[in-house]
Amino acid sequence: MNGATRTATAAAQRSVHASLTGHRHRSITATIFVAFIMLSTAVGLISLAVLLFTVLQDGLPYLDPILFTNGPSMDPNIAGARPAILASVLMAVVLVATALPVAIGTAVYLEEFAPKDRWWIRLIELNIQNLAAIPSIIFGILGLAFLVRGLGLGPVLLAGALILGLQMLPTVIIATREALRAVPATVRQGGMALGATRLQVVRREVLPAAIPGIATGSILGLSRAIGETAPLLMVGAATFVSFNPSLLSQYTVLPILIYQWIRLPQAEFQGLAAAAIIVLLVILISMNGIAIWMRNRYERKW
Amino acid sequence: MATRKTLITIMAIGGIGAALAACGGSSRDGGTSASTAANADTSLSGSIVIDGSSTVAPLATLTAEKFHATAPNVNVTVGTSGTGGGFEKFCNGETDVSDASRAIKDEEKAICDEKKVTFKELLVANDGIAIVVNKDNTWASCLTTDQLATIWGPDSKATSWKDVDPSFPDEALKLYGPGTDSGTFDFFTKAVNGEEGASRTDFSPSEDDNVTIKGVEGEKGGLGYFGLSYYEQNKDALNLVAIDGGSGCVKPDTTTVQDGTYAPLSRPLFMYVSDTAATRPEVKAFVDFYVANEQTLTADALFVPLSPEQAATMKTEAAALAG
Repeated sequence: MNGATRTATAAAQRSVHASLTGHRHRSITATIFVAFIMLSTAVGLISLAVLLFTVLQDGLPYLDPILFTNGPSMDPNIAGARPAILASVLMAVVLVATALPVAIGTAVYLEEFAPKDRWWIRLIELNIQNLAAIPSIIFGILGLAFLVRGLGLGPVLLAGALILGLQMLPTVIIATREALRAVPATVRQGGMALGATRLQVVRREVLPAAIPGIATGSILGLSRAIGETAPLLMVGAATFVSFNPSLLSQYTVLPILIYQWIRLPQAEFQGLAAAAIIVLLVILISMNGIAIWMRNRYERKW
Repeated sequence: MATRKTLITIMAIGGIGAALAACGGSSRDGGTSASTAANADTSLSGSIVIDGSSTVAPLATLTAEKFHATAPNVNVTVGTSGTGGGFEKFCNGETDVSDASRAIKDEEKAICDEKKVTFKELLVANDGIAIVVNKDNTWASCLTTDQLATIWGPDSKATSWKDVDPSFPDEALKLYGPGTDSGTFDFFTKAVNGEEGASRTDFSPSEDDNVTIKGVEGEKGGLGYFGLSYYEQNKDALNLVAIDGGSGCVKPDTTTVQDGTYAPLSRPLFMYVSDTAATRPEVKAFVDFYVANEQTLTADALFVPLSPEQAATMKTEAAALAG
């Protein structure tokens, strides 16, 4: 009995080893599957490489200090993206300050405190999932009707940021809940057993343990929001803004400026658009870098 | 380990990007800074909100930029919601100036009346629609409006140049045009097919006229249309087609567009100024600035300037604005 189990285990190990290292005993199905996933990866990587290459090729000659110091102009020689870059960064700051706390708070409540068997909790959960599937332009229409006109906020940066925040809520809530769920129940039980209150357990144990997952989810949501155009055009973002934005001023953001430049007939603006794309990419990559740093910094093994 | 490597890679990419941004070899000399002019008027302040046609936007943007140099404390923003979208905001009192590539429609005016928004209509520039074909197209140097209707009519079955005129070669007809939301599309369909929005639908539409340029450039049988300014920026890539509207072939240029002989594909462009907004000195100053510099502004924005009569009419209208 014991010997038979050992033989079977050894055989299983051999076959696992063989399929991992790959040369012998690989079935045709496995070969096709491996070829398929490698092809899929290649498609993604090659298109990314081509995109990056063309953008860098077109944009690098225009990536100069003027781009960062000047406002937009119809003269490609002096056109810059300063107001748009500042607005995009300010937008990210407002999103971090408003949408993230709301989203993480909602997720913590739903996951750790809410009475899960109540119908209204289930209704809220269902709605959050539905919210994630709503096209962004609908958020724009909501923002126009409710924030810009209804509350009389006007077409200002704050209105745009709030609507993008609303749009990123479901992504962050769902990711945060997954991260909280991944924290083993034993951590909570251990804390409770030592006499900690539920709040203390969540604040000192569960939440820090979930930070890597929360950070990843937050950055995903934030990155999407920063690259968004449609809802902002709906809530009245302008295309030409020459002054530095504030919370309650008119504004334009990088994706809108890029769209605007690409439409212009002069070839120089195509290069400028590519340069602005590089700036947007660097902002997004830096944000991703922060998330990865946080994940590594706080990652724990259970 | 793997994640650390990812982190390092990402930081390296970010670092390279930042380094390139800091010391990239610029192909631009920076030109002369337009930030402040010598005769800058710092007593004016406030903000001017402009929205509307994306066709007029380059002109409005250029005017805003130059005006900002003379009045640095006035913040001017230009949006591109389209002519119709612009009027919607304008009649709701949300914008001060509305750009339009056509005159305001009666139903739009009715909404303005309802909201008690009164305005002056300024004809600010002329625009011509250029019909372009491929460089290798040797047969279509002039098309009649009937031939255009044969090509673009809503029921058009023309798939080859031979279907347009029996003397043309049997080359596949590839059509490019602006998206159905654009003022150019509205104007072209009205002028060629007699009804706004009436067009065959099996062409490649794009809001980006560069797509049309690239398309026609790459197809021997290609044909497309867009604003004359786009052609002037890409003269070497495409052939311009003269149009026969009943009185001989006319090529679009400043004179023929201004005097309307390039019929039916030349049109006026408008800015609508709200009377309420014009009571604010900065808005009035903006309008006056345009009136004073109209010739250079239209030329720099690649539009066809106003004729002396048109300029005189605009001056009268602008003077009628409460100030």
